[in-house]
Amino acid sequence: MLLIPLSVVLVALIAGVFWWSVASGQFDDLEGPAHRILADDDRVAPAASAEDAEPADLMRVKPGGYPPA
Amino acid sequence: MLLAREGGIASFSPGDGAERGCERRRPAQPLMHVSMGIPTTMATSAAATFNYKVVRQFAIMTVVWGIVGMLVGVIIAAQLLWPEVLPAVPWLSYGRLRPLHTNAVIFAFGGCALFATSYYVVQRTCHVRLFSNALAAFTFWGWNLVIVLAAITLPLGITTSKEYAELEWPIDVLITLVWVSYAVVFFGTLAKRRTPHIYVANWFFGAFILTVALLHVVNSAAMPVTFWKSYSAYPGVQDAMVQWWYGHNAVGFFLTAGFLGMMYYFVPKQAGRPIYSYRLSVVHFWALIFTYMWAGPHHLHYTALPDWTQSLGMLFSLILLAPSWGGMINGIMTLSGAWHKLRDDPILKFLIVSLSFYGMSTFEGPMMSIKTVNALSHYTDWTIGHVHSGALGWVAFISIGCIYYLIPRMFGREQMYSLRLINAHFWIGTIGVVLYIASMWIAGVMQGLMWRAVNADGTLTYAFVESVKATYPFYAIRLAGGTLFFAGMLLMAYNVWKTVAGGRAHEALIPEPAHA
Repeated sequence: MLLIPLSVVLVALIAGVFWWSVASGQFDDLEGPAHRILADDDRVAPAASAEDAEPADLMRVKPGGYPPA
Repeated sequence: MLLAREGGIASFSPGDGAERGCERRRPAQPLMHVSMGIPTTMATSAAATFNYKVVRQFAIMTVVWGIVGMLVGVIIAAQLLWPEVLPAVPWLSYGRLRPLHTNAVIFAFGGCALFATSYYVVQRTCHVRLFSNALAAFTFWGWNLVIVLAAITLPLGITTSKEYAELEWPIDVLITLVWVSYAVVFFGTLAKRRTPHIYVANWFFGAFILTVALLHVVNSAAMPVTFWKSYSAYPGVQDAMVQWWYGHNAVGFFLTAGFLGMMYYFVPKQAGRPIYSYRLSVVHFWALIFTYMWAGPHHLHYTALPDWTQSLGMLFSLILLAPSWGGMINGIMTLSGAWHKLRDDPILKFLIVSLSFYGMSTFEGPMMSIKTVNALSHYTDWTIGHVHSGALGWVAFISIGCIYYLIPRMFGREQMYSLRLINAHFWIGTIGVVLYIASMWIAGVMQGLMWRAVNADGTLTYAFVESVKATYPFYAIRLAGGTLFFAGMLLMAYNVWKTVAGGRAHEALIPEPAHA
């Protein structure tokens, strides 16, 4: 059957990637990465959305809520 | 690098005046934004925005194809109840609409959700723009062309007859091109990341992309006879084995690994808490990757497939319970200590309930792979119930949650137009899934018992048609459940429409990576 050699080769490849990931220090810190994605603030802040808006849009999106810095 | 980016942007959005204008203006702004950075990086990040355009496109099409695919699902559920509900023309027959339904929900709805979320997550976690704007745009248009071609050819009866791989070879070639581009964009983005660590969600997305490429190429190997007809490269039982090696791993990698990638990013983000155990998530990934490939034979119990292969498939299916539940517990326990957030955050409800359905269906699956259980369940509607517990409860719910997360961010809004509508969607959807799967469970077990019942003299107790007749009320309940789920999608479409109408295409600046 074709699938057995294929799967064995695949497992070898996966093992290779696993080896690389361990050796290159991907898993040296198993706490920080979980917190780091939370540090990336991807929300559209009211100010940010106003900053991007055209002046005409501005009145529509945030009526009166735009104090230019 | 800067030049490449600008070139990409210029060639990228013809005819989209609003967006282009906003990109042209951008370079001036971020100078003050990153005033704490080093001057050289300032110059680079000055023009740097994320590629939200492709995410936006895929996010919108997720909703569109979700509605189309689920509508076809409702139609074929109605056909099972009232066989002549549609005009008696061949291209509206159940046998042709059913693959259209499966392709539309899995590859169109699920696929677009995967593209949208993976492009978003890889950019946000690596703090770089996508590797190539042009290739990313090609994946969007190419993938949607594949879907449109599927929607035309399947009703015409053009099919390889391989389940979940029905599309004929010219479309398969197009899929391969799109998928290779997807891999180039995704891994290219990973390669130019500005963070040393690759976040676990990207590992899941990456495994999903690579494995689906392999599955598709191997299973679609065929000899074309005409432009719209080909024959599989494999004979007999080997063809069946390759097909279910593909079929099960499509479930495992397209419908599981990719969506686990979503889970590992969007659950912590929406909950505002780190994943319960990052260590467990890494173990989850490698355990799943090493064991999933071997479970396919459980689709071919008691067939011409060699017995040992069947038993091997069953064994690996049972082993899979461990990593699956590890991941499920990891996701749900992220809310540990903050359960109150579930009370008033309907998006989080979608995400967390999807994980409970994931847990349920990854318990049910290994149980059904046990040969003695399979002797009862196989070929019955229990399988349909199992699939929809995974497809509606897990895959659709987590996608819906992620799309509700993404849409406001893509269109410069603080949140969706209406949280109450999300909440209504959640409850309508949940009731729909429960009606659907409970009716199919009961119907399936009943069918299995009726088919195997024998009289004292060895003759069958029931004719097949008697089991069909007994299933009738359950088909009605299933149709009701499916219709509810579809109605929930309409609410979502309205909510998305209002959110988009009140916002405008948003291009976010790339923030500096946080330091460890």
